[in-house]
Amino acid sequence: MSEHHHDHDHDHSELSETELRVRALETILTEKGYVEPAALDAIIQAYETRIGPHNGARVVAKAWTDPAFRQALLEDGSKAIGTLGHVSRVGDHLVVVENTPQRHNMVVCTLCSCYPWEMLGLPPVWYKAAPYRSRAVKDPRGVLADFGVALPRDIEVRVWDSTAETRFLVLPMRPEGTEGWSEEQLAELVTRDSMIGTGFPKTPGAPS
Amino acid sequence: MNGVHDMGGMDGFGKVEPEPNEPMFHADWESRVLAMVRAMGAAGAFNIDTSRFYRETLPPDVYLSSSYYKKWFLGLEEMLIEKGYLTREEVAAGHAMQPAKALKHGKFDLANVERVMVRGKFARPAPAPAKFNIGDRVRAKNIHPATHTRLPRYVRGHVGVVELNHGCHVFPDSAAMELGENPQWLYTVVFEGSDLWGADGDPTSKVSIDAFEPYLDPA
Repeated sequence: MSEHHHDHDHDHSELSETELRVRALETILTEKGYVEPAALDAIIQAYETRIGPHNGARVVAKAWTDPAFRQALLEDGSKAIGTLGHVSRVGDHLVVVENTPQRHNMVVCTLCSCYPWEMLGLPPVWYKAAPYRSRAVKDPRGVLADFGVALPRDIEVRVWDSTAETRFLVLPMRPEGTEGWSEEQLAELVTRDSMIGTGFPKTPGAPS
Repeated sequence: MNGVHDMGGMDGFGKVEPEPNEPMFHADWESRVLAMVRAMGAAGAFNIDTSRFYRETLPPDVYLSSSYYKKWFLGLEEMLIEKGYLTREEVAAGHAMQPAKALKHGKFDLANVERVMVRGKFARPAPAPAKFNIGDRVRAKNIHPATHTRLPRYVRGHVGVVELNHGCHVFPDSAAMELGENPQWLYTVVFEGSDLWGADGDPTSKVSIDAFEPYLDPA
């Protein structure tokens, strides 16, 4: 591959420099007839409105209340979620991994940024950045400590490195004190990080 | 390739720092880059593995010092130049100067937007039976291709256990280099933390990767 052309400007000028270069590229792609700017707008709008952790939270809440769905979800995540009309369409190869009193699951992509977009939205910066990607596989408890999470030593930590087109969603444990809660109420407790495995669901009554 | 992108197990990058109430994008240009990558990919200018390879081949100092979407942008621009969709002169001028190169799936317009909102399918019919069964002990090969691979360095040479079989999938090592899909069996292989990291690892941890069959030997 031939040389790359890069700049090493300071932060404030890098931003404007990058902005100009991005605009120039879009202009060229548009003038050459490769893309329609309105179609780019529509992609952005779709990401901003249709994907996000609310999708994953609904799936988790349903699994907490419907044992048959939970079973189906653990057997074939994509297929089970496909049966829910109200969750945005999910691609193939979604694997749902369940936390238990014996095992805590955590998801990483050490090589890039693989993440279940349909379920969780676009990944946060920390998920794509070097500290998480480098340490999650070697020192998962240290990473959890960065999130303020302390796991008892008798719980196994299982790290799933997303190295292929499979995607992983953690099914956290249902918080205590939620007996009789509706799916909608339960979904409010499910955080993004609890579905990545770097956090737990909110507990009833705790400040959000 | 043994690039800086292959970060699993590296030390020295510091603490993980979550940003409270993080916005989806930190600047408008980030969303334009995302949309251009998705659009040009859907139009057939490149596949996902090729786009990953172009990010990995950014110079190490650039890779480590660029924000996520800056890496996406730099990889996209270089890839489109090398694949003949635009020229360095056009990039310098900020305008089209040469005739367009035909896109496999045509211009990306509004009618194509829904296509990018569902993940692609990577499963393919099996060209041969699977070599490994669930529960088999396997050793990750000690391979160091200079081209794209999804076998991270930190597992190479180590023994793990096959836990899941995901069927046959497009093989990134081939697809990234535009050598065809070359479908291969894909397994989740789990390793003991203490096998990967010795006494410096967490003995209560297990780490899995998704490994294509050509990455594995029986153990």
